[in-house]
Amino acid sequence: MNKGLFINIIRFVLLVLVQVLVFNRLNFFGYINPMVYILFLYWYPIKENRPAFLGLSFLLGLSIDFFSDTMALHAAATVTIAYLRPAIMRFVFGINYEFQSFKLSNSTKAQQFTFLALLILVHHSVYFSLEFFSVANLLLIVKKVLAIGLASLILCLLFGSLFSVNKE
Amino acid sequence: MQQIINFIIRYKNFLLYILLLIISLAFTVQSHSFHQSRFFNSSNWITGNIFGISQGITTYFDLDDENERLLKENERLHNRLLNIEADSLIKMDTTNIGYTVVSGQVIKNSYANNRNYITINRGKKDSVSQDMGVITDLGILGIVENTSNKFATVQSILNTKSNINAKLKNTNHFGSLIWDAKAYNVVQLIDIPRLVPLNVGDTIVTGAMSSIFPENIPIGTIRKFDLDIAKSFYRIDVDLFNDMTNIKNVYIINNLNREEILELEKTTANE
Repeated sequence: MNKGLFINIIRFVLLVLVQVLVFNRLNFFGYINPMVYILFLYWYPIKENRPAFLGLSFLLGLSIDFFSDTMALHAAATVTIAYLRPAIMRFVFGINYEFQSFKLSNSTKAQQFTFLALLILVHHSVYFSLEFFSVANLLLIVKKVLAIGLASLILCLLFGSLFSVNKE
Repeated sequence: MQQIINFIIRYKNFLLYILLLIISLAFTVQSHSFHQSRFFNSSNWITGNIFGISQGITTYFDLDDENERLLKENERLHNRLLNIEADSLIKMDTTNIGYTVVSGQVIKNSYANNRNYITINRGKKDSVSQDMGVITDLGILGIVENTSNKFATVQSILNTKSNINAKLKNTNHFGSLIWDAKAYNVVQLIDIPRLVPLNVGDTIVTGAMSSIFPENIPIGTIRKFDLDIAKSFYRIDVDLFNDMTNIKNVYIINNLNREEILELEKTTANE
């Protein structure tokens, strides 16, 4: 248990630093800054203490906000996917994710991919709708969600396979 | 009572989620209309120092280019200085100067968001305060928004909240400089009347109506211009002189007469 907590704290700090010092400065094509810190919610243990998980996600988003001067946009988006995570998991993995023996690494590649893609899609949709805050820019919002979502997805998949959670 | 408690226990996750969402929305919506939040900005101690360390490492990579640029600027300033007549130099007394300048370095820059902020390594202890103008050797950059002891955040001109007085250099017609968040090298100048003769390539500079920037700080050149929907004002796309993606050394301008101007404008408006 303590080991899990320790790993999560290290993950939290490293993901924040990598996000703000590397990926927030990428500016690929002038506007694509992938958000890799979503991996924290992807990697977080399935059997979570929900209030603590919500609180942690809020804190994670807020730390990113502090560094990138985005008010509390990241916090709002992150806390939303933290709340919706059980629903998304039920949708992707079916009912068997609630069994004791279920592990993320036991599921198929397609399931992992869908899980991550849904997290990113919901997160980016919330984030960019709040950032623009107007229906007039709907096309721009969709464009940004798709382009940046794709970049986030590719980088998260790469990171996911680099630091796989098999050992846990 | 029992039922209420049961309800709260049953939906505690949902209630917690709603609470956290409302907190974050409150911070976000508030900043849509007012100044950047006093607490949620990267001028605070922790973020400032982390960006400072990272900038300390990366700054070495383009030291040569940066030196070259500063040398060019010195050359230009020397040219101007030598051509000022001697008697005007003598008149330059510290009691009647209008502006003071502090130099600084960018430690964090962003241009991919809607509301972009730049963090610089000068703060209250260098007497930098809110609403001072920030420029580079090429043109304007933004306005100081928040300060901590050692750092300050600057509202970039690439910010949808930004609104700066600007004018055409050759005809002195003025309008407002805004940004539509589409491209990081193009800003928009609006409210220029239809009768003004315009040419692609004309220079845009800061206007005299601003109490933040001195007059005639360069901004950019006209890329293209169209009439707005009402057909009475131009909407001009302006190519920035500054490369907003590559900014290192900046100058923070303090208008010493600003307080007096604001005071006067306030009393005039009240009458």
